[in-house]
Amino acid sequence: MMKDVTYRIRLFDPNRDSEPHWEAFTIPYAPGMTVLDGLWKVKELHAPGLAWRSSCRMGVCGSCGMLINGKPGLACNTQISELHALTVAVAPLPNFDIIRDLVPDLAPMFGTHQALLPYVIREDVEERENPTAEFWQSAHELEQYLQFSYCIKCGCCMAACPTFATDALYSGPMPLAQAHRYNSDTRDGGFAVRKEVLAGNAGPWRCHYAGECSRVCPKGVDPAKAIQLMKRELVLDLLHLRKQGCPAPVAKKPTEIKRRDGVPDAPARTV
Amino acid sequence: MLETKGRPNRLGLWGWLGGGRWGMERYLYTLHRVTGLGLLAYFLLHIVVTSSRAFSQGAWEEAMARVSGEIFEVGEYLVFLAFAFHAVNGIRLLLIELGIGVGQPIEPVYPYRTSVDVQRPLAIGALAVAAVIAILGTLSMWGE
Amino acid sequence: MMKDQKLWTWHLAAGVVIAVFLGLHMLTMHLDALIPIRALNVASEQRAIDWANVVARGRSVFFAVTYVVLLGAALFHGLYGLRNILLELNPAAGLKKLVGAVLLLAGLGLFVFGTWAAVASHTLAKTF
Repeated sequence: MMKDVTYRIRLFDPNRDSEPHWEAFTIPYAPGMTVLDGLWKVKELHAPGLAWRSSCRMGVCGSCGMLINGKPGLACNTQISELHALTVAVAPLPNFDIIRDLVPDLAPMFGTHQALLPYVIREDVEERENPTAEFWQSAHELEQYLQFSYCIKCGCCMAACPTFATDALYSGPMPLAQAHRYNSDTRDGGFAVRKEVLAGNAGPWRCHYAGECSRVCPKGVDPAKAIQLMKRELVLDLLHLRKQGCPAPVAKKPTEIKRRDGVPDAPARTV
Repeated sequence: MLETKGRPNRLGLWGWLGGGRWGMERYLYTLHRVTGLGLLAYFLLHIVVTSSRAFSQGAWEEAMARVSGEIFEVGEYLVFLAFAFHAVNGIRLLLIELGIGVGQPIEPVYPYRTSVDVQRPLAIGALAVAAVIAILGTLSMWGE
Repeated sequence: MMKDQKLWTWHLAAGVVIAVFLGLHMLTMHLDALIPIRALNVASEQRAIDWANVVARGRSVFFAVTYVVLLGAALFHGLYGLRNILLELNPAAGLKKLVGAVLLLAGLGLFVFGTWAAVASHTLAKTF
């Protein structure tokens, strides 16, 4: 079993450095150590100024996306042992500007995400803002977008995308997958509004299925699948073959249902 | 798109060509582009050369003589190989980009089986068919 | 500028047209030694590029028409593909417009030239 592990880290301090540079640190290895645990050890033993983003340590918050041994991934979600290497090379996620050390600037990605209106759009604004009941949706309809809704916006897919590597104007896998998540939600009626952006140059047409985004996604969201399904919808739309159902109606109040004896009433609403 | 003040860190062209632990489809993507560019270059030249048939028998035979010889034969052979790959892989991309063969949205359960894994048989099948066409072409062109 | 939603759908459609007609073209030209299809190389049992075969194909209206269809589809498919590759290198906005304009003009020019050649060679072949 290995005793030590060497971290090669790409460092960049905008106040001091003109170029990023690699530095190596050796730390003791313990079984079960994740790449993120190792970074904390490096910070503790060698480089107190080392900067990165992390929060939940359990693959939920999407903060610690970085390039680990040449592949984008979450530092907290990657065991050192699964890399099968004595050296762990850690660099900031490519295709994003570096703020410092391992901290990428994700703001442009969130800007694009926002521009694609990632929320339910409906004409009945009053019902949406002050709901009287839930919108009706079948389990099958839920399945059409549930996978894409697990996205944690870590940016790994953007770092892996070959098109995004050269074309900063391309929307990228995350925002497109999220646009499809809402387009394929039966409660949503915003396809036509999102199409303004999606039909243009920055839309899914820049995707040529290299498949890297899906391969690196730590949550199994499969952005490449979402983008291909979105292209089909847009092609069908162009040919006037797309089925455009009305957004899901408000669910009817259950009738002829009698509460079983002994079931207590729900507590009073707090908001 | 918001402006940032950080240091640019885009992979650039290296992102197209490799530069990491990439998968098979990434290389098919690059090969599809390279073969496409090769085919286009040949095609533009081909339009000009073959249009000589509109003038006379002499013009046609002169044009054909000009593009004969070892270098052109090898070039034509490469174009045929590029065609075999680009055509078959193109059919795969056509299906995939219309959402056929990538699977339905599913509940992601670790270890994730992504659309890339679902379409893998298509990719391998495309390469196999391209190889068969390439072998037939090789026999036909160099078999005499 | 036309939206990519439309251009890209045409790109796919053109790809299908090319797959069919270029497949036929390749059968005629390169696999003729292996899979001889007499209907395609009618005049001579020699090579497909012999003048006698060129004339025979030129005389056929089927060849003249499919030639023009293939020419148009392949030009659009190829030049739109090239445009995509160039635009994905993210050049300056002015350069993007220039690329679009140059490729459009080149495509139209070659299409007109190629169509003329198909019609002219059809007319010429009928005189033999």
